[in-house]
Amino acid sequence: MPVDDQTLAAIALSRAEYDRLVTMLEREPTEVELGITSALWSEHCGYKHSRPLFKHFPTTGPRVLTEAGAENAGAIDLGDGWCAVFKMESHNHPSAIEPYEGAATGVGGILRDIFAMGMRPVALLDSLRFGPLSDAHNRHLFAGVVAGIGGYGNCIGVPTVGGEVQLAPEYSGNPLVNAMAVGVGRVEHLLSAAARGVGNPLVLVGADTGRDGIHGATFASVDLSADAAERRPAVQVGNPFLEKLLMEACVELAEQHGDWIEGLQDLGAAGLTSSAIESAHRAGTGIDLDTARVPRREQGMTPYEVMLSESQERMLVIPKAEHLEDVLALFRKWELHADVIGVVTGDGLATIRDGDEVVARIPIDVLSDAPQYELETVRPARLDALQAFDFTSLPDLDASNATATLLQLMASENLVSRRWIFQQYDHQVQNNTIVPPGGDAAVIWLKGTPRGLAVATDCNGRLVGLDPRVGAQIAVAEAARNVVAVGAVPTAVTDCLNFGNPERPEVGYELTEAIIGLSEACRVLGTPVVSGNASLYNETPSGAVLPTPAIGMLGVIDDVARALTCAPSEGDTLVLLGAEIAQDASTLVAAEYVSVIHHTVAGLPRIDLDLESRVQRLVLDAHAQQLLTAAHDCADGGLAVALAECCIAGRVGLAGSADVTGRLDAALFGEAQSRFIVATEDAGSAEALLALAAAANVPAVVLGVAEGDRLRLGPVDASVAELADAYEGGLGRILAG
Amino acid sequence: MHASVVVFPGTWSDGDCIYALGTVGIESARVWHRESPTFAADELVVLPGGFSYGDYLRCGAIARFSPVMDAVRAHAEAGGLVIGICNGFQILCEADLLPGVLMRNQSLQFRCMPTHLVAANHDSPFTQGIAPGQALAVPISHGEGNYFADDETLDMLEAEGRVAFRYADADGNVTLEANPNGSLRNIAGILNEGRNVLGMMPHPERACEALLGGDDGNAIWLSALESVGVPA
Repeated sequence: MPVDDQTLAAIALSRAEYDRLVTMLEREPTEVELGITSALWSEHCGYKHSRPLFKHFPTTGPRVLTEAGAENAGAIDLGDGWCAVFKMESHNHPSAIEPYEGAATGVGGILRDIFAMGMRPVALLDSLRFGPLSDAHNRHLFAGVVAGIGGYGNCIGVPTVGGEVQLAPEYSGNPLVNAMAVGVGRVEHLLSAAARGVGNPLVLVGADTGRDGIHGATFASVDLSADAAERRPAVQVGNPFLEKLLMEACVELAEQHGDWIEGLQDLGAAGLTSSAIESAHRAGTGIDLDTARVPRREQGMTPYEVMLSESQERMLVIPKAEHLEDVLALFRKWELHADVIGVVTGDGLATIRDGDEVVARIPIDVLSDAPQYELETVRPARLDALQAFDFTSLPDLDASNATATLLQLMASENLVSRRWIFQQYDHQVQNNTIVPPGGDAAVIWLKGTPRGLAVATDCNGRLVGLDPRVGAQIAVAEAARNVVAVGAVPTAVTDCLNFGNPERPEVGYELTEAIIGLSEACRVLGTPVVSGNASLYNETPSGAVLPTPAIGMLGVIDDVARALTCAPSEGDTLVLLGAEIAQDASTLVAAEYVSVIHHTVAGLPRIDLDLESRVQRLVLDAHAQQLLTAAHDCADGGLAVALAECCIAGRVGLAGSADVTGRLDAALFGEAQSRFIVATEDAGSAEALLALAAAANVPAVVLGVAEGDRLRLGPVDASVAELADAYEGGLGRILAG
Repeated sequence: MHASVVVFPGTWSDGDCIYALGTVGIESARVWHRESPTFAADELVVLPGGFSYGDYLRCGAIARFSPVMDAVRAHAEAGGLVIGICNGFQILCEADLLPGVLMRNQSLQFRCMPTHLVAANHDSPFTQGIAPGQALAVPISHGEGNYFADDETLDMLEAEGRVAFRYADADGNVTLEANPNGSLRNIAGILNEGRNVLGMMPHPERACEALLGGDDGNAIWLSALESVGVPA
């Protein structure tokens, strides 16, 4: 039966794609076949616009254990038989409609990706974007998302240790909620998500299946229209308690009985459809699945609904046939419900039954062969004027206003302390948190070894908006810098590509350029991309979000006892690495200062990746030589803001001895890249550091000595107490409206 | 001394408690909530933190019916040592082994943050080794830790010396600002009549070694050891 345009629109399949399906099948699809194809060919599952660009990513390295995209998350070798898996994923559209459940289920989904690989989740991070908090609806979304993340993570007992938030008008109505999870375990316990072994059963375990989230993957692949609230049934509801049981059971299965199973796969976007079919595709097998055997929580569900439900907290297990009873008994012990719903076949077909009736029989090769589109790209015309913006046309900051301006910036929504957020997250459970949230990166101890993981997320969407290629390079560089600042070696990257509608050539340009820039930076910094996710169609009637390729960086630290924070001690000498104090006005590009004071976001982003690499290596070398007592990324807000953060963290002032020359605004609040503030214990260490910097061809300037209770540098003279008050309490005051 | 760490399906501090107990030399084993063991007289029974049954209903309201709770009750009534931490404290209150309730935090938000405690009693197995006025840095992590009881109960607890811990500032002063959740009289932990059962919201197991930010929480385990004659 040929379908009408209305049906195709409802499942976001184009007429051309429908025709392609008919050609491949050599017949019209059944209703269920059409539903599963549309889900698997959606951008969310099939990456039909973004996959051709993935070839740019560097994906291999000495520590990489997985083939990119081959499994649920990327795995990294930590040495001595330990490995880490990690991934970041978006839950933007659900969070725009229902912030608490949208964010909560985002956390639940990314955790399942980790324990599906047999690893125990040890850390969560969240990269969040909202519209300005002056707007009540944005505040509602913000508070709801934070509560949802906490509600899920706190209950399941995985610490939420980091992330970042940026606020900009382009995110109004289309917030970005990117959740990242990290798991660790023994290499030999790594599981695959492949449905291997003809005759092995397919076991569905966890929650009963309901009508929630049907066509969520499709919903994620269209713009957020004005009637998006009507899509609320496409948002799922989370049950972290149930997921805790699933997590414990799956980790136990991997750690103690890995030989009982062939594969383990989570049910995420497109539910049973993508889970069963992707795992068969990985193994080159087929599946024969009976929807009548899927336990339901609602009556009268059709096979179509069962296959496309996105009910949360479900896993698909492929036990070896001879260990089926063992596996079922293990789940029973954890008070979980598990049912055999089908079998692995050797025919390469996805056969879906409803009892005796076959409702779909479609080659897996067809389903996994989503159309691929070469993006049409056009450089947005607005970029010329924005990039050419002349910052010397702005009046320079008056020296008498420097201190008041610093206080104003410390309390501004993009720079203010995130304590209001992370104090709502359990960031200590599991007793491995060495460096808690609030610093450059969090450090998680790999107990039983001296080693640890440093994790951070980053992306300044304003910079990406002004130059997608350079902005994406900066996102990688800054995420790496965050990890270096705690003394860890940047090791690998997960990314979450949040963009507008890729069918628009200007968005196509942003996406293409950003992926190229991201890849270039990852090559220079030696951090392969091991996992990721694309969230396109982030648009509202007023336009697309800022192009936001969020970067999740994993670093390895050999001795967690030597992890650095940004808190200097009384008597330490502070040194700026990577640049002189005087800066060109062009470093005010997309600076928070210019946004807050001059209400402008413009300029040409710049980064010298070679310098970036040298500076990062210098900091790690200096730390290896025991020269450093603290380190901090000098980026958002500029030098004065970064210094104030150091002073607040160390509860100590700074007697600045360096001259502040040139334009005051650029020197104090310009956001030039590749800069660190580091602390050394004494004059001897400072001398050694300067010599090391000179040898590495990295600029270095002594800023002054940490002492007293005032931050003094050039025209800035502020008490640490008033800086701390502006900074620590600011977000609560902003959210109070 | 040996410890039994009770595990409900949603418990997540069992591993942390076992680790912390290990740092002071106390061996421990998990006890699944469906078991009905008989605890040895000198056993330390630990009800750790977590979300026992998801706590979608009142925290601990379902856990109190778990089979293991009969054994915990018998152990408590026989004078054995029982400590409930966070969700464990909530469960002890629901099971009527301790008076009062833990309501939602006054902020109506979850709070994970550093707090300081002072012992208000120095005459229990859990607090005898803690010096008067000594501020212990022990963090909290809960959404429902706002201790409430009627005035009569509170006065009784005070009169009988059954307030174990109060929230304080870093210098040991019990102040309004140091109270993270609105608990009446800054109460962070209380004892039963026999002083062998302690419930507390803060997590001593998270303050068990310098690398993790401090080891002040060990004072409670060391006290318990001292109470059975093991020198600290």
